[in-house]
Amino acid sequence: MGLVLQAGALAAMTMFASAALAQKGETVKIAWIDPLTGLMGPVGQNQVNSFRFFAEKLGGAGNPAGVKFEVVPFDNKLSPAESLTALKAAIDQGIRYVTQGNGSGAAAALIDAVNKHNERNPGKEVLYLNHSAVDPDLTNSKCSYWHFRMDADTSMKMEALTTFMKDQKDVQKVYLLNQNYAHGHQVAKYAKEIMARKRPDVQFVGEDLHPLAQVRDFAPYIAKIKASGADTVITGNWGSDLSLMLKAANEAGLTAKFFTYYTGVTGTPTALGSQGDGRVFQVSYNHYHLPGQMEKWRDEFQKKFDADFYTGSVIHIYTALGEAMAKAKSTDPVKVAAALEGLKFKSFNGDVEMRKSDHQMQQTLFITRWQKADAKYSYSPEKTGYTLVPVAQYEPYVASTPTSCQMKRPS
Amino acid sequence: MLSSGLTLIFSMMGVLNFAHASFYMVGAYIGYALTGVVGFWPALVLAPLVVGALGALFERGALRRVHKFGHVPELLITFGLSYVLLEVVQLIWGRTSVPFTPPTQLQGSAFTLVQSSVEGMRLVWGQAPAEMCQNTASVLLSCSRFPMTRVFMMGVALLMLVALWALLTRTRIGLVIQAALTHPEMAEALGHNVPRVLMLVFGSGCALAGLAGVIGGITFITEPSMAAVVGSIIFVVVVVGGIGSLAGAFVGSILVGLLQTLPLTVDGSLATLLNQLFGAGIGPSTPGWPLLRITLAQAAPILPYLLLVLILIFRPKGLLGTREG
Repeated sequence: MGLVLQAGALAAMTMFASAALAQKGETVKIAWIDPLTGLMGPVGQNQVNSFRFFAEKLGGAGNPAGVKFEVVPFDNKLSPAESLTALKAAIDQGIRYVTQGNGSGAAAALIDAVNKHNERNPGKEVLYLNHSAVDPDLTNSKCSYWHFRMDADTSMKMEALTTFMKDQKDVQKVYLLNQNYAHGHQVAKYAKEIMARKRPDVQFVGEDLHPLAQVRDFAPYIAKIKASGADTVITGNWGSDLSLMLKAANEAGLTAKFFTYYTGVTGTPTALGSQGDGRVFQVSYNHYHLPGQMEKWRDEFQKKFDADFYTGSVIHIYTALGEAMAKAKSTDPVKVAAALEGLKFKSFNGDVEMRKSDHQMQQTLFITRWQKADAKYSYSPEKTGYTLVPVAQYEPYVASTPTSCQMKRPS
Repeated sequence: MLSSGLTLIFSMMGVLNFAHASFYMVGAYIGYALTGVVGFWPALVLAPLVVGALGALFERGALRRVHKFGHVPELLITFGLSYVLLEVVQLIWGRTSVPFTPPTQLQGSAFTLVQSSVEGMRLVWGQAPAEMCQNTASVLLSCSRFPMTRVFMMGVALLMLVALWALLTRTRIGLVIQAALTHPEMAEALGHNVPRVLMLVFGSGCALAGLAGVIGGITFITEPSMAAVVGSIIFVVVVVGGIGSLAGAFVGSILVGLLQTLPLTVDGSLATLLNQLFGAGIGPSTPGWPLLRITLAQAAPILPYLLLVLILIFRPKGLLGTREG
């Protein structure tokens, strides 16, 4: 970058900072770094659509800062190395906001790279808005001032899930089947820890980790679950890893209960069909039957893309950015980061707070159950005739977990 | 299945076809496209023919030209083809999976294994009624259903192997093919069109890959990376079984299949093994713990490749292979 350009950028930035509400009408570019190819491609496609859809809805007059949002997708093929290449490309294009969420491995790599970049390039800082990567380490041992998580992490979801399972008397023998990477390990770890505290009588009869987004045939794993006599399976699997697992479970006639994180994600409802009726549960900060504006958006999204909107954190991200940019009167990531810390705002699932100590969003969580769609809960994902019906709702304090984050803040 | 096609091409023509798995993928996609037009069963027949024709064309137009330069250019050209096919498929059908579902006859269960604590194990055709799988006070019951698609897959694979074997060893065409491969000049002198024979052999090999693709597509997922997934495994099967041996391909595929699935049921790791055998007292503080604590189930995906390395070290010609030359 030439000196002239640098000086120009600096001058431009001081100009933004000096005028009140100077950001009005500006376009904020957000680099979306997630898989668009391979087994997890459909999930990524849906999320790009979600980001674009809500950039339209919540951009411009849709937020208090009056900024427009533009999403620039980069395919990271689910790989941490590719994510770093994409980040470099995004930074070279002058993009200052990055979002990612599929795969905590890539998320950890991005946090690291963003930290280094911001340290070495003062005045060109980048903010990383994490929409779905839920490894608790990202807001504990690896926490960073430049990273903000809008999803609820694995430990929070497990808190909510076990609070619900605690009262399910038919949960006796639990099997853990997870993907062999950070997120899967954490699901297994927290399931065992928290369950031991809330229901010491529950037995863990088996545990498996399988390669991420590679297994096409889950039959052997399902056979193992059947042999173990488990009545319940807890899994953090998502995308094809959950769809194919449920497909294999249906084929083998496994009638255990499934407690999942991501039943609503592309492909899974279809794989589940009528077989999982009443037996499959999901813990999430979002569900299909939120009233009012959400209902309208849900239907419009479905009409426009012939797909389901499930990545609710997209709305969190735009809302939080709009609020923070209005508060900071700037789109400069450094000022916006300071404004995001401790930010409280109203989102689709009630009052949420971006906790200052670790940048983990505190929010309401829902437990939903897979069952036939009816008049009251009419929306059916992937036109399966079934839907996820809310059976429990937990206020933010229920699922809130402490943090060990020692955050280094820029002086 | 795939391996038998590959081994056919390799042993018969001495061409190491890197694009074989790509033909498998193309078979799945063409099967998917044709299913939409003519229905699944005609597509099951037509798609392999289309793939075979494509393979024959490729042999005629490209492979034949580089054949005289030896193995490496052949290998490179098929390697290049695998990339071209992958991109073409992604251009036509997109980068994500397509909904290629089995026909109604193949959905559901072929048979159910009913294990009961009193009567032992029984087989029930189709899906066992629910009351047969309900635990009662006196009897513990568990049912395992076996999906129809897998039975179909096995059936077709076996049929194909038998047909191939019969064709090569029991018919005049098989004789001509064998002669054309081992003694091309002599066969030409006797009036056979050797290049055409080679083209047909390559085409048939690709057709077999295409057939495997259609069946693989409905059983698993039809998506662009399906070639990359089976690509490496079929080479393992061929090398383990022995290059150029049909029976070897069969044995190799069974062996690799078992090696991929059986270890998944073992939760023991090296640490537990050593602790049980020698009371080594290995724990998290032992050096090398991260490696020692990996369970066999977690290591299952790499075992076939480990076997490949071992075979290459101890028996380079494979289990049933014949020495070259």
